[in-house]
Amino acid sequence: MEDVVVLDQVSKFYKDFKLDRISFSVKKGFIHGLIGRNGAGKTSTIKLLMNLIKPDEGSIRIFGLDNREHGKEIRQRIGFVYADNHYYEDLTLEKMKRVIASFYHNWDEQAYRRYLGMFDLPADKKIKHLSKGMKMKYSIALALSHHAELIIMDEPTSGLDPVVRREILELMSEIIQDENKTVLFSTHITSDLEQVADYITFIHDGHIQFSLTKDEVMEKYTLVKGRTDLLDPDTRKPFIGLRETPVGFEGLSDNPKLVFELFGNQAIYERPSLEDIMVYTIKFNHHAR
Amino acid sequence: MNILISNSANEPIYEQIKRQIKESILRGELNEGDLLPSIRQLAKDLHISVITTKRAYDDLEKEGYIATVVGKGSFVAGQNREFLREKRLRWIEEKLAEVVAESKALNVSLPELIEMLKLLYEEPPNEGKR
Repeated sequence: MEDVVVLDQVSKFYKDFKLDRISFSVKKGFIHGLIGRNGAGKTSTIKLLMNLIKPDEGSIRIFGLDNREHGKEIRQRIGFVYADNHYYEDLTLEKMKRVIASFYHNWDEQAYRRYLGMFDLPADKKIKHLSKGMKMKYSIALALSHHAELIIMDEPTSGLDPVVRREILELMSEIIQDENKTVLFSTHITSDLEQVADYITFIHDGHIQFSLTKDEVMEKYTLVKGRTDLLDPDTRKPFIGLRETPVGFEGLSDNPKLVFELFGNQAIYERPSLEDIMVYTIKFNHHAR
Repeated sequence: MNILISNSANEPIYEQIKRQIKESILRGELNEGDLLPSIRQLAKDLHISVITTKRAYDDLEKEGYIATVVGKGSFVAGQNREFLREKRLRWIEEKLAEVVAESKALNVSLPELIEMLKLLYEEPPNEGKR
């Protein structure tokens, strides 16, 4: 499968935070989710991709091109949706569109009109009078109207109600009906990914925790529940995170075979949700790292 | 053809798709040459990832149930239904042979085994259990 984006050992140092040798790739024709808690490095990673900040180390290739050397060309082929509204609030949708359209060689007015209709967006209203969900839809309509091959969205669903969120996820599936198009989006709402995402990259504290297909993630981990007396220094080892209470323990392991050998039928095994995986990795992590 | 996916079942989603397409073929709801939904369309309709539907289709193709023609889509393969049924029956036979061997090892008599089988056969299907 073809790589649309390749990050190779990319680092970015800030005063109190660093992105530490980030490597992962995004495959053409799929929906790729970037998860992590707020402040984990999702937005910084996206800014690096968009060439809005410069990496201190490593390289980024998009469409096979170096993104610093070919920044302008790459940008024409990307549709970018920001987390927050970054448009002039006092302009109408129509006027703002004219500004945006002028940046793109491939602007497709017909496509734009179609999305406007699909999302029920009023062209002559001022942006400041749109609801949060409407603003996001407007942003998406603009991103989709210049034949972009790669759609990058930074937290497109955050702060939106479930109905609008579902619409946006549906739209992502719609976009990749064309197998030459790719969607990369970040979110901290893991249930967004549980359904439509093909690939998941989990960023924690500036590191890549994993970058796998969703099916691989789901098969890799198991959630174990059992009596506290089953735990001892040895049986604790296969757990990534453990939560212990007086009435039992619950733990996440990435070695389902080993935990089954250890506990057999004495424990309960469940398929963890992405949220379980995230929380146990971050919060109940008992290994020194 | 209908495909119903349970997110809470233990059976992986690609297995659920595979099983239901196979059943549709065996029941004759899908016939040789029928066009299946595209991998991407099915993923969209079921709200699941493209990789999952692709995996199900790849497996079905390997097992001879469907054939994919580049640029045209996936079709129900030309294997006749009798043959597929035959294949599945052979699979059941193999499993039963295992059960019989295990029963003999545990001194379970034939009437006892038949009684167990009868109970299981008449029990309503339980998808969540494996």
